[in-house]
Amino acid sequence: MPPEGQRRLRLRFSKAGKVRFTSHRDVARLWERALRRSRLPVAYSQGFAPHPLVSFGLALPTGCESWGEYLDVRLGPAGAEEIPLPELPAALSPMLPEGIEVEAAAVVPEAEGSLQQEVASCDWELEVLGVPGEQLQERVERMLAAPVLTVRRERKGRQTEDDIRPAILALSVTSSQGHLRAALATHPRGVRPNDLVSALGTDAVTGRACRTHQWIERDGARFEPLTASGLGTGRDAPQHARKAFPHVRDRVHPDPGGSPPGGSGER
Amino acid sequence: METLWPQIERLLPAVSKPARYIGGEQGSRQPEHGSEKVAWLLLYPDTYEIGLPNQGLQILYEILNDRPDALAERSYAPWVDMEAAMRAARVPLFSVEQHLPASAFDVLAFNLSAELVYTNVLNLIDLAGLPLHTTERDGADALVVAGGHCAFNPEPLADFVDAFVLGDGEEVVGEVNDVLREWLASAAPEARDRLVLLRALAEIEGVYVPALYKPEYAGGRLVATRPSDPAAPAVVTKRTVSDLADWPYPSRPLVPLTEVVHDRLNVEVFRGCTRGCRFCQAGMITRPVRERPAEQVRDMVRRGLEWSGHDEVALTSLSSADFSGIEDTVRDIVDAPEHGGRVSVSLPSLRVDAFTVGTAAEIQKVRRTGLTFAPEGGTWRMRTVINKLISEEDLYGAVDAAFSQGWRRVKLYFLIGLPTERDEDVLGIAELGARCAEIGRRYHRSVTVVASVGGFVPKAHTPFQWFGMDTAAELERKVALLRNEAKKARGLTIRWHEPAASVAEGLASRGDRRMGAVIERVWRSGGTFQEWSERFDLSLWESALEAEDLSLREVCHRDRDEHEALPWDHISAGLHRDFLWGDWQDALARVAVEDCRWTPCYDCGACTEFALEHVVASPHPPAGGSQGTGQDLTEADRIPVRLVTRAS
Repeated sequence: MPPEGQRRLRLRFSKAGKVRFTSHRDVARLWERALRRSRLPVAYSQGFAPHPLVSFGLALPTGCESWGEYLDVRLGPAGAEEIPLPELPAALSPMLPEGIEVEAAAVVPEAEGSLQQEVASCDWELEVLGVPGEQLQERVERMLAAPVLTVRRERKGRQTEDDIRPAILALSVTSSQGHLRAALATHPRGVRPNDLVSALGTDAVTGRACRTHQWIERDGARFEPLTASGLGTGRDAPQHARKAFPHVRDRVHPDPGGSPPGGSGER
Repeated sequence: METLWPQIERLLPAVSKPARYIGGEQGSRQPEHGSEKVAWLLLYPDTYEIGLPNQGLQILYEILNDRPDALAERSYAPWVDMEAAMRAARVPLFSVEQHLPASAFDVLAFNLSAELVYTNVLNLIDLAGLPLHTTERDGADALVVAGGHCAFNPEPLADFVDAFVLGDGEEVVGEVNDVLREWLASAAPEARDRLVLLRALAEIEGVYVPALYKPEYAGGRLVATRPSDPAAPAVVTKRTVSDLADWPYPSRPLVPLTEVVHDRLNVEVFRGCTRGCRFCQAGMITRPVRERPAEQVRDMVRRGLEWSGHDEVALTSLSSADFSGIEDTVRDIVDAPEHGGRVSVSLPSLRVDAFTVGTAAEIQKVRRTGLTFAPEGGTWRMRTVINKLISEEDLYGAVDAAFSQGWRRVKLYFLIGLPTERDEDVLGIAELGARCAEIGRRYHRSVTVVASVGGFVPKAHTPFQWFGMDTAAELERKVALLRNEAKKARGLTIRWHEPAASVAEGLASRGDRRMGAVIERVWRSGGTFQEWSERFDLSLWESALEAEDLSLREVCHRDRDEHEALPWDHISAGLHRDFLWGDWQDALARVAVEDCRWTPCYDCGACTEFALEHVVASPHPPAGGSQGTGQDLTEADRIPVRLVTRAS
């Protein structure tokens, strides 16, 4: 159990534009620096090399964009009660590089599991290059009809062959320009956009890819990580309410009262 | 000029570490280009993660961008995969800020911190779309300039670089900018006379324009390098800023989005070093010692941490433990309430004779950063030759302090292939390492002592510049000897640099102007990133040498006599040639010299030539004394050492 008075803060942020080429590890490091600059009362681990108690959700592959990235930050005990949640996103965004915007914040109950454990599936918007538009629908249907979909991929530096079919929960073509929407399970092994696209044929190449949502499942219903317990002040990730293909700058903010726009301090 | 980002973006999904190419660092600028501003592209000819932390480049970046008549963006060497992708897609070298092509800039300015990057310099000039040779460029082409420690033997790059800037860049960069601005405004690009620019640059103190000099050879050997143009001075002398307090830069250090080497706040606490280690080019060419006021150091640390969010600060210099009041400075940083006890301090380049339990205790309060000591020589005899006068007691004392304060791992730096070296000196490295591990086991059950061994390359403007370095085979024999001996010692690990790479470094750092053709051949045969062990290939250098009718023996492996012309004789770091020669003779006679910071001047020239003085806050040497100023040098192995007393 964490020390009395500590609180778990969960933040949702987006990652888009040039900064999408940073790695998961890079993002973790720049968050650590941003949190230090923010002077939030982040709790540190005990022991000889104390480190900030920050935990990230599922790694976003380098090069992919996202509207729904999450991290949990343990605060306090000192100062944990005085965190102004509504102002946090606007206060934190200027501490982060251009392209990373903090969208929402909530306090998560201690009973809830970690993001890594709880997130069961993710939604993706994908751009497929190299496949003629008229063939895409047919290939997607063939994929969905297949009982087994074996893809060769590299994991932890080794070539493996995996059946990714069980992890494809939904897949549909959303435009004639090669755009797909996919729901992909994260357990037991996650499917990356590249894995999915490679199953469409050897000519298929992943273009832009954007993770739009992460989902926690509980009692047959699904929730986004900021609202899973119904306690958060955070809101869901923006819904599919834009015309253009994923590009955060074009995004329409559907949330009533919307998150404040990201700050514009010097970076 | 249009940004290349849309084209670059398409290449990035397929290359390794794409974050190298996106820029976006905190502190990076997005300068507006315009005809009233000279546009500088600052280049570090190695990968982004090596180049980004370079302080020299960051200092110039701020100084230039703060001027109304200049702007600066940055670029680094694209890794091999990215270079291939760029060439295939016809994407030229670009800046990381706004992803503008190199052709949008008036100057390409290289930082030269290591010689093995020279082939990368050529590659970047080529990727920029510029003619490779200075002689092929005209009034519309960008100027290629270079600075940094390697510029003190500029000849190997003289065919490719239009102008070298010697010494501290803070002041001279503005003077170069003034000359360029005037020249750029003088006529339309095609109508500009490049020779006019080169002559104007040559008149700036500290700027060397190789096209205005002609090397003369006789019997296959260089005999002189003389000006071929009246605008060129016979000797070009380095620039020195007299007071670091006037230059509190970088004030907003670049904080990268991706991991780089030295991923921490770096604050330069002093420049120059007068310990007098005879192998050390940096110590010779950056004299005199100029300390930053302690109050300014504390202020730069506080602001830098607040700005960057780093939790580690390195106090950098050639020997940070020598900074006056270092213990107080470290303690003030570690204990500052605004740092919440979470900021650690690291001191690169620790000298063992200035490392005490007090310092050890201070720097380990937050977390133990790596601890490295540099005895350099395995025996006292060897250390008197190289003038690294630390006794075994000093070393054991420092190591004891470290282990007693909780460290379990200590790194030691050594050189092999030093002048007068005997096998017993090499074996002495294993003995020192083994004794250090033994000391560690008094405090901990298991400790590691890593002895890192580099092959010595005699550099320009040092007393060892006349020395013929060991062959790769001889260095390899010594490494094998040492490894074999180290096997007997518990807890001692030997690491070593590739001896062949030391020899190639010798070629690039010691060559005369003829080495340019060799470097060009190595580059043309694909030899980029030669400082990366997986890319280094000595055979490329050997066949290039052969094709140019030069030999390793001639360039690297033979001793020079006092009167032989050296390729850098027309370049001066202020050091008198007779001082260097005298120091070389003293080395051979095992005569030690003192640190002149705290003892009388022996007129090396670094101060007197420029009417400068040391800027040192404390009149007393740091704990443990300085060589010759406090410790009994006869103690280590009872060899009496005579300290030179030169009448000034």
